[in-house]
Amino acid sequence: MKVYVGVETYTDEVGHTLPRVVHWTDGRRFEIQKVLDERRAASLKAGGNGVRYTCLINGQTAFLFFEDPRWFVDAVKN
Amino acid sequence: MGRRILHIDFNGFFASVECFFDPSIRAFPVAVTGDPEKRHGIVLAKNQLAKQFGVKTGEAIWEAKQKCPKLVCVAPHYDQYVRFSHLGRELYHEYSDLVEPFGLDENWVDVTGRTRDFHEAIDLANEIRERVHAEIGITVSVGVADNKIFAKLGSDLKKPDAVSAVLPDNYRDVAWRLPVGDLLMVGPSTKNRLNRYGIMTIGDLAKTDPAFLHAQLGKAGLTLYRFANGQDTSPVLPYGFETPVKSVGNGITAPRDLVNDDDVRLTVLMLSESVSRRLREHGFRANVIALSVRDCGLFSFTRQRRLKAPTFLTDEILDTAMQLFSENYDWQRPIRSLTVCASDLWPVDRPMQLNLFGEEEHRKRLETAERAIDGIRSRFGYHAVLRGRLLTDRTIGVMNPREEHVSHPVGYRA
Repeated sequence: MKVYVGVETYTDEVGHTLPRVVHWTDGRRFEIQKVLDERRAASLKAGGNGVRYTCLINGQTAFLFFEDPRWFVDAVKN
Repeated sequence: MGRRILHIDFNGFFASVECFFDPSIRAFPVAVTGDPEKRHGIVLAKNQLAKQFGVKTGEAIWEAKQKCPKLVCVAPHYDQYVRFSHLGRELYHEYSDLVEPFGLDENWVDVTGRTRDFHEAIDLANEIRERVHAEIGITVSVGVADNKIFAKLGSDLKKPDAVSAVLPDNYRDVAWRLPVGDLLMVGPSTKNRLNRYGIMTIGDLAKTDPAFLHAQLGKAGLTLYRFANGQDTSPVLPYGFETPVKSVGNGITAPRDLVNDDDVRLTVLMLSESVSRRLREHGFRANVIALSVRDCGLFSFTRQRRLKAPTFLTDEILDTAMQLFSENYDWQRPIRSLTVCASDLWPVDRPMQLNLFGEEEHRKRLETAERAIDGIRSRFGYHAVLRGRLLTDRTIGVMNPREEHVSHPVGYRA
């Protein structure tokens, strides 16, 4: 399911932006430990496309999509 | 060694985009349809499943539902189509600077500079096909050829998500078997004419004496002969290149049938105003005004007239169109849609013969007034200034034909 979420980002001095924190719809806050991959991709499951960040959150990988100007989450792999 | 050109075509574009965004409808036959309330209730696009039921683009929703009762009808989202179209072009641009759009969903890409032979071009086509699916989320069909015409034929050969090649060593087997109507620029009426001469396939056309084709179809006959033989040399034009404007037209299907001259005058006024504004935007005056009429039995005709002097004035366009109307329509039936088109365009700075009997000053003033209205509308919106006449019937008069009903015809030849 496609869930739009709030995201805190960091933009470095050359203008490259990375997500830092995901704010889940129920108010929980998830720190992104590391961004493992960054590429253009579509999510057929959620029905959206944009830049896909593969993030390490609590030791698990999750896809976070930037569908300009919003962010959405695809699914969390267990 | 010739060129290597790809023609990349999004499969069932509108319907694919809708299905992409709503996973719950993917398993059903889907049609993207216009708004029945506004009497635009026709099928604009359909997905593969709907196609299997025989649903056709352009037919009424009720017709489609007769063939396929479970058809899911969704409203179009043009902003998304434009976005997907951009995403596609952005991706193609990574491979070539020569990307020429043909409508929203098709593009030619010249990859001659990036590949050494057709094998490489086919590999590249497959790479692009896979990337579009992975990165944008919908599928494309790609045709590979040494000219634009065969590349386009190729992209129609296998759908969805496929690459087909129409190459110098196989086009006789692949392209020549196809019905002549598949060739670009062969519309239904040309197809019927060719069929009457026994020209059924593209191969038949290719083997016909060009002199005969010239005699029957004029210059277009020779063009078709070259197309059928793969001798199209037109370049893939870089993105952003705009073919010169040759005509400016606006048409509308009225929200209700038009039943008398007043209704028609009101609609034509609205269309003329829009045409005249667009003429000014492009910097033209028109010498010829045409009016197309379609009645509620879907019978239609077009009549045109040359003006005494080129114009972009609403009133002159309106008067000419109304003359054409009253001379050619006998009110056998109510009218469903009207189109006003201006052609034989002259740039505004081109010198023109002035009228010796003193109307010019008046025309000049009208021109100034119309430009002033343009200025107000561009700052405050279309509805900021309206002619009082348009308010006499709000269902017909208060539409914005320029924003809502600009048709986007795609012409292959400039």
